[in-house]
Amino acid sequence: MCSWSRGSKPSCKDEGMANITREQVQHLAHLARLELTEEETEHYAGQLSAIVDAVERVSEVAADDIPPTSHPVPMTNVFREDVARPGLDRADVQAGAPSWEDDRFRVPRILGEE
Amino acid sequence: MAPVMEGDLIRQDASTLSAALAAGEVTSQEVTQACLDRISQVDNDVHAFLYVDSDAAMATARDIDQRRAAGEELGPLAGIPLALKDVLTMRGVPTTCGSRILEGWRPPYDSTIVERLRAADVVVLGKTNMDEFAMGSSTEHSGYGPTRNPWDLERIPGGSGGGSAAALAAFEAPLAIGTDTGGSIRQPASVTGTVGVKPTYGAVSRYGLVALASSLDQAGPCARTVMDAAMLHEVMAGYDPRDSTSINAPVPDVVAAARNADVRGMRIGLVRELGGEGYQAGVREQFDNAVHVLTDLGAEVVEVSCPHFDYALGAYYLILPSEASSNLARFDGMRYGLRAGDDGSASVEEVMARTREEGFGAEVKRRIMLGTYALSSGYYDAYYGQAQKVRTLISRDFAEAFDQVDVLISPTTPTTAFKIGEKVDDPLAMYLNDIATIPVNLAGNCAMSVPIGLASEDGLPVGLQIMAPAQGDDRLYRVGAALEQALLDKRGHALIEEVPSL
Repeated sequence: MCSWSRGSKPSCKDEGMANITREQVQHLAHLARLELTEEETEHYAGQLSAIVDAVERVSEVAADDIPPTSHPVPMTNVFREDVARPGLDRADVQAGAPSWEDDRFRVPRILGEE
Repeated sequence: MAPVMEGDLIRQDASTLSAALAAGEVTSQEVTQACLDRISQVDNDVHAFLYVDSDAAMATARDIDQRRAAGEELGPLAGIPLALKDVLTMRGVPTTCGSRILEGWRPPYDSTIVERLRAADVVVLGKTNMDEFAMGSSTEHSGYGPTRNPWDLERIPGGSGGGSAAALAAFEAPLAIGTDTGGSIRQPASVTGTVGVKPTYGAVSRYGLVALASSLDQAGPCARTVMDAAMLHEVMAGYDPRDSTSINAPVPDVVAAARNADVRGMRIGLVRELGGEGYQAGVREQFDNAVHVLTDLGAEVVEVSCPHFDYALGAYYLILPSEASSNLARFDGMRYGLRAGDDGSASVEEVMARTREEGFGAEVKRRIMLGTYALSSGYYDAYYGQAQKVRTLISRDFAEAFDQVDVLISPTTPTTAFKIGEKVDDPLAMYLNDIATIPVNLAGNCAMSVPIGLASEDGLPVGLQIMAPAQGDDRLYRVGAALEQALLDKRGHALIEEVPSL
């Protein structure tokens, strides 16, 4: 049906230049704290390459002198009144916590073995 | 005096129910019970809801009926049932965002939208299904199974807000709330023959809306008629100091605009880049027909070019994953939601990775990795930086277009509803469904999808998208209501009446 690049042949296959390797996928997964399986790593390598190829079209636009937009409504220094407001109810927060001990979140060890 | 309402309770629109409730022809308990009965009857097949709280809904309805009976002055939507997308927090009510990582979590606070619904005495029936964390265009990426399109149960109801749209089309609720980051209100509206509005960015508070892409997310009304959407819009929108991007300005009078419904003398721009090749023949046919209707109503329709819209999809799939990968870092298994692999010896980092592996679905992982890639040093300028510049150019295209015309129009989606399973593991094909809706999110202005007819080749609904400048939301309702009325006059009934019985 529709294509990513107007006027050219519809393309949803991995046939472009970007090549995200399995090693890169593993690295990205590590950065994003995702423990991928072997199968997933293989699958995502192909898919991410194809997506990057498609989105790379933005580089065709000559935009050197164009300011970037990070936010559609430019606002800076938005303040609210500095008044105390009640925080969350502790019992509610505890009820939603995966693990709780002595009125605190219990977390796994944060330091390495060495 | 003739009764306000005739026929089945569940098929009434909210404005009719509002009048009937005020006239004492019906009670909120009767209306709410009718919706709950309908949900028990059809939702096994449709699966629009992830959670229904009959007791809470009936208790709210009873309270409203009592207050009305006691002579209390109530708002126009008081006592009317609503389906809430599961991405908005409601204190004590499960909020999963369609993800297994939040299974069973009950938020300790209300979103601003829920506060406003409570203040307006709207009856929340339950939470609707969605693509996980609103990533998808079919609701197949929900961690709890897909929602089905009431027009054809083999087909998708759109996404990510497929549950909200399907609840309307299946007559399970007269009103619903969606959120729209790249089309998640408008695309489901289009493929289910319902009305959906993405308000101007900043019009509706994002406090308590679980973030996908913070610079794009915006909640909005979903309904079966333009007037109903306007009434809900009025309740939802308004300044909120808890959202730093909230607009501190009066909300345009959208209800008056829907009542006005007059396009005489308006200038309407057809976006050259959103249509033609790549759009299904039946979609184009219905769209062309609607353009004639608008011309007959006295609008002046001209073609307008927005050349950078061709790059919107690319820019969006760099900006959205970048923001999403940062926003979803909060799901670390420490404070709420799922925790996996905490066996006493695994480190916090290992537990995080296992939790996220187990709790997130395929599309969420894809986009998190894509965003991580786009934000990596060495790629940042070429991808994320360049996408932000394209975003500026898209806003400029809109600004130039709105110098020439009052609103822009296009088909909402390139095709009608596709079959469940058809694109579920083909991300690029899936992303194309939002090709016409994405530019508005990037620029932050507003848009509506309004049903215009059924495609001749498959008999499925087609939507027309109306786009207006930021803070010009009233224009959407003026044009949408005019078109809706003219099509109703021609057809003799509302399009939604043609949904096959379930």
